[in-house]
Amino acid sequence: MRQITYAEAVRECLSQQMKQDDRVFMLGEDIGLYGGAFGVTQGLIEELGREKIMDTPISEQAIAGLAIGAALAGMRPIAEIMFSDFMMLPLEQIVNQAAKIRYMSGGKAKVPLVIRTPIGGGIGLAAQHSQCVEGLFFQFPGLKIVMPASPYDAKGLLSAAVADDNPVLVFEHKLLYNTRGDVPEDPYTIPLGKGKVLREGSDITLIATSYMVIKAINAAERLKDEGISVEVIDPRTIKPLDMELISGSVKKTGRAVLAEEAYYSGGFTCFLASEIAKNCFDWLDAPVHRVASLDCPIPYEHNLENHVIPGEDIIEKSIKDVLGV
Amino acid sequence: MTDLNKKTLLKLLKMMIRIRKFELAVEKNFQLGHIYGTAHLAIGQEASAAGAVLALREDDMITSTHRGHGHCIAKGADLDLMMAEIFGKATGYCRGKGGSMHIADVEAGNLGANGIVGGSAGIAAGAALAAKKQGTGQIAVCFMGDGAINEGLWHESVNIASIWDLPVIYFVENNQYGMGMPSGKVTNLQKLSDRARGYNIAGYTIDGNDVIQVYQKVSQVSSRVRKDKKPALIEAVTYRIRGHSLRDAQRYRPEGETKKWMEAYCPIERLKRHLEDNCKISGDEIDRAEKQIEAEIEKAVKFALESPYLDPSELTDDIYA
Repeated sequence: MRQITYAEAVRECLSQQMKQDDRVFMLGEDIGLYGGAFGVTQGLIEELGREKIMDTPISEQAIAGLAIGAALAGMRPIAEIMFSDFMMLPLEQIVNQAAKIRYMSGGKAKVPLVIRTPIGGGIGLAAQHSQCVEGLFFQFPGLKIVMPASPYDAKGLLSAAVADDNPVLVFEHKLLYNTRGDVPEDPYTIPLGKGKVLREGSDITLIATSYMVIKAINAAERLKDEGISVEVIDPRTIKPLDMELISGSVKKTGRAVLAEEAYYSGGFTCFLASEIAKNCFDWLDAPVHRVASLDCPIPYEHNLENHVIPGEDIIEKSIKDVLGV
Repeated sequence: MTDLNKKTLLKLLKMMIRIRKFELAVEKNFQLGHIYGTAHLAIGQEASAAGAVLALREDDMITSTHRGHGHCIAKGADLDLMMAEIFGKATGYCRGKGGSMHIADVEAGNLGANGIVGGSAGIAAGAALAAKKQGTGQIAVCFMGDGAINEGLWHESVNIASIWDLPVIYFVENNQYGMGMPSGKVTNLQKLSDRARGYNIAGYTIDGNDVIQVYQKVSQVSSRVRKDKKPALIEAVTYRIRGHSLRDAQRYRPEGETKKWMEAYCPIERLKRHLEDNCKISGDEIDRAEKQIEAEIEKAVKFALESPYLDPSELTDDIYA
């Protein structure tokens, strides 16, 4: 199978989607000649033209607003918000408009809209360019939230997001963009709401999202040498959430650690932990533990940053704590 | 004053009367306890809704505001479904899930009222972008109030509409108050249309209580916007006769102000006088039209009263498509 990077997989998907459907176009800041802050859209404007790749002013509220309006009027826009931290600017449009228009209209209107945005730290961009904000949006009914962790998932889930008739937020971790993996050239979709068991195990279930999936796999690999069998699950979309897959695994292993890069308080895994407690109480042999960033703005300096964002060692420690070893 | 034909003038008059009587019925039914939430009445502002919307092409798109009943009615909304929605009934436009502030009828070109001030400034520009991409020749009209012109989203959106040449009209109904705040205290401008200059688009200020002027200006501006694919800003100066919502004690208004506007500038009375003086339309003919509209409104209220509420089993339908 052909191997390409995560960024290439996203770009290939965008290109294929725009070529096969007149209604699909992109808008965002410096997605044209510049190629996007992380180079994801590089070459697309040359390939598809400026009617498809629309460079906007630095106006995040209007990017979201125009995308919503175009979606209501029959298009299928893909907006890019340069950093997920900047999602705080169009928050109102996403939360009060995009997420609610269908419900408020009693099902009369639909908003087929995709917003892609990079999350996460690890490259020294400090407090306003490093956050994972998906938990904030997780609160709101009407949105779907996708967090691809591999090049294969990035292409398949983004295709599904574009085909979906609802507003879908796609959070892409910056450190994933250069990771490589098998990706078929032909278009394909992965259904939203279907998680994936990345590694089977019997002692404990480790559920991780986005870049934490990479750390989870590495941690599981190392623990194997110590005789600990870790089942790793990537839910891939957190809204809708594949609780069936997760509950099934936790009932099998009797233990769970949940790993995400968002802040410790109020992250998506808080909800997941409570669902596991509710669904799997009689099967649990130990409390559910969560691994997340410290409740601290992401600092600039590398060593400090590493103290806030949990690494593989923290995941390993958490697993051992739950197992009592 | 005009070269509009009698048929158009009568259509405008009937539409304004329909809006006025609809609003009065909403007010009355709120007082009777038939309406649970709230509503924002456009009494006194009928000329801007009727004049602007009737000047558009039928397939043009509008976005509306929290004070949006007039825009919806002028865009051809079914009065039964509208009244039922305001009553919170399952037969309403939004099945009782949206209420007064969220009536939308996408197929009719009404992309929706909005509970957020200025919340549809980007949506209207996006709809205009879609129309331009699809080559349909449609334009979008964003109704907004004097309060919305100070929202950041509006500035971002009008700027993009200008640089991308989008066929959208920002139609500002300056009804003098943003809730209780006089427009002049929050905007340091003689005319709100002066804001157009900052974005290098056409801006006009018109008498929003003169329906003939509204109709003619929107006809002229919309054909230019349609042809040149360039946005425009129209400020219609009007006056909100009622409070901000159905629950407003109106302590901020100078005494006698409402009375003055109602007596001297009521858009309906002004057009009636014009029709009687210049078009030889008799008071009887107008009375007959009023009676017919009253019957329409009574039917809508009856429909709303007799309609069932949505069963909670359908509560979570419509969250996702």
